[in-house]
This record gives sequence, C-alpha cells and structure tokens, in this order.
Amino acid sequence: MDTDNYISIQQFCLHYNVPTSFLDTLSEYELVEIVNIEKTQCVAKNHISAIEKLIRLHFDLDINMEGLDVVNKLLKRVENLQTEIILLNNKLNLYEEE
Amino acid sequence: MAFIDYYKILEISKSASEKDIKKAYRKLARKYHPDLNPNNKESEKKFKEINEANEVLSNPENRKKYDEYGKDWQHADQFEKAKQQNQYQGNSGQRTYSGSSSEHDFSDFFESMFGGRNSGQRSSAGVKFRGQDFNAELKLNLIDVYTTHKRTLTVNGKNIRITIPAGIENGQVIKIKGHGSKGVNGGPNGDLFITFSIINNTKFKRDHEHLYTDASIDIYTAILGGDITVDTFDGKVKLQVKPETQNGTKVKLSGKGFPKYKKEGEYGNLYITYTIEMPKNLSIKEKELFQELKKLQ
Repeated sequence: MDTDNYISIQQFCLHYNVPTSFLDTLSEYELVEIVNIEKTQCVAKNHISAIEKLIRLHFDLDINMEGLDVVNKLLKRVENLQTEIILLNNKLNLYEEE
Repeated sequence: MAFIDYYKILEISKSASEKDIKKAYRKLARKYHPDLNPNNKESEKKFKEINEANEVLSNPENRKKYDEYGKDWQHADQFEKAKQQNQYQGNSGQRTYSGSSSEHDFSDFFESMFGGRNSGQRSSAGVKFRGQDFNAELKLNLIDVYTTHKRTLTVNGKNIRITIPAGIENGQVIKIKGHGSKGVNGGPNGDLFITFSIINNTKFKRDHEHLYTDASIDIYTAILGGDITVDTFDGKVKLQVKPETQNGTKVKLSGKGFPKYKKEGEYGNLYITYTIEMPKNLSIKEKELFQELKKLQ
C-alpha cells in the first residue's frame, strides 16, 4: 500500500476518534474521495486537513451532511473569489496612475 | 488583567439556563467559527472569546465560581484556593473548536481563575488533532523577488529560514509544513502560510512574468530612426528605433521580463511603449523648416 500518500480509513478514524460511518457518509455526499488500495479503503493524506475541517464543522457546530455540502461549496467559491480578487488587483496595478 | 463579562460575550442574561447557554454558544460559534471565516482575524478573536465564555458558563461549577468571584478577580489567592479544591466534574458532551484549543488561546483572566484549559478540556478525550495553521504576511519589494533568495523569518519566537523563489506573485501564498501551532494530543503540527505582498516601486508594471514600461523618443528619432538606450529590469540595453515610428508603438524584448515562477533561467518579456516627445520652444529657423515640410505634404 502507498503509505506515503494514503492513510487507511480505519487508521484515520481511530486517530480522530470518529466512526468510519462518518467517512462513508462524507463519501456518499462526494465530500471525501475514498480509494481502494490493496483491498483497503483509504483517503489521500493531502485531503486530511479538508476532512479535519469537515469533522470540526460537523461535531462543533452540529452541521448536518447537507449543510456540510453547502458550506463546503460556498467556502470553495469564497476561496476562488479571493484568488480572483488578488489576480484582478495585480492586473489593475498595470493601469493605475502613478 | 481586565474582568471579562462572559454573559455579555454570549449575549445572554445572568439567569440564562444551561440550554440557553448552549443555544447562544452554538449560534455565535456558527457565525464566527474560523473554518467559516478563513483569514479573518477578527472572527478568530471573537471565536476564542465565545469559546472561553462557553468553557466557563457551560460548566456549572466554573459558572458558580465565576458568578461568585468574577468581578472580584483581584482576590487571586482565594481563586487559587478554590482552584485547588476544585475537581473537574466532567464532560458536558460538547466539543469545542480544536484547531485553536491551546491554553494560550484563553485570556489571562480565564487562566487566573481556572488555571488554563486542562481542567475543563472536553474535546480532547483521546482525539488527536492537527495544530492550528498560522498565517503571516511578508512584504517584499519587486526587486527582491527578481532573484531566488533565502530569508530568515521569526514566527512565534522561532527562526525559520525559507527560500523565496524568484517570480513569486503579489498575493501568492506558500505553505511551510509543520511550522504552525503544535498538534493537540500528539497530533501533527499545523502549517505556516505566508502571503506575499509585493510592493512595486519601480517604473515597470508587472503582469505575471511580463513587464511593461514606457520609453520617450524625440520626434527626429521617431521620424528618421536611430538608436536609443532603454532601462530593463537588470540594466540598460541599446535599441534601434525604426524610421517613421508612430506614437504608442510597442516593442517586445524577449526574455527581458520577470523570472518565471519556479522555472529557473526562464524569463518573460519586456514590452516597451514608445512615447514621442513633441519639440517645444522652436526657433524661427526650426519653424520655417517645419513650414517647408508642411508645404511638401
């Protein structure tokens, strides 16, 4: 198994003290991508911080799966807009009067 | 150390029930949770206050102590005694935001009364969490990011030496792994995110790897052609101006622009726009010659 880039769901859930069903549900809502490596269900290590955020939102704020889906999409949109603002600001500097 | 009105923070009255406290906390936490307000320091601060208020008021024993001694915080000795006698009653079953759960996130007031979070730690029951990410801004001049260089930064008292690649963009964020806050319960450290603020105090405008500037040429060179010297980002170059060059003509100097990010040795282009300077204070002779030219048209 590619242990450098993936972590098994069992290991992840044990570490974060969350039921494996939670990750299954996240996967059903396409909020997490679960991959099978050598018959073991895994998640990519570079997705861990995103999953942590979903855990926090779900358990801290009681946001249900539908809510997580909406929040996740809106946060991505905010992130894209922030990046776009930076790019536009940089472009605008080209035309600004000295 | 100032008294903190936890009731005011949670926007509840002193007679609020446990249910009211929980409801108020949830409502405010949903509004100010750092995950829902990325890069918003005000929200982060507010969330910490809410968390602290909830930490005290949602625990009956802490609440009682706060109600009794809160405004009288100067009596630290009494609090200390009370703290020693105090035995934590257990978990109210509610998690708190773990990304910011270090003891340092609590006010001095809280620390003096309750001795840090350990006595009331609820979310840590064996849960390992990655430490909080840190965000920092680094201001650099455009000239600084023309070449790849190393720089030492001090983050939370620790010196970190980072490599700043040439061609980094204004507003670009780079991640320094593991240099955020310490993980909770043995979890991994958070990361440090550095946002670059590039100040351009040069005569060149920058768009990614391309640079733009203006160059003045006199009317005679514009009409007859000739050589001029122009500034590039790394020195001067000689340019040949074609005869009958029009005002606003753009010329491209390939490879004389800005370095391409993380592509060593590759550069963008420099675009020069010619601005033709009209002659002023003409002599009589010059005016006559222009009249003659006019007649030839």
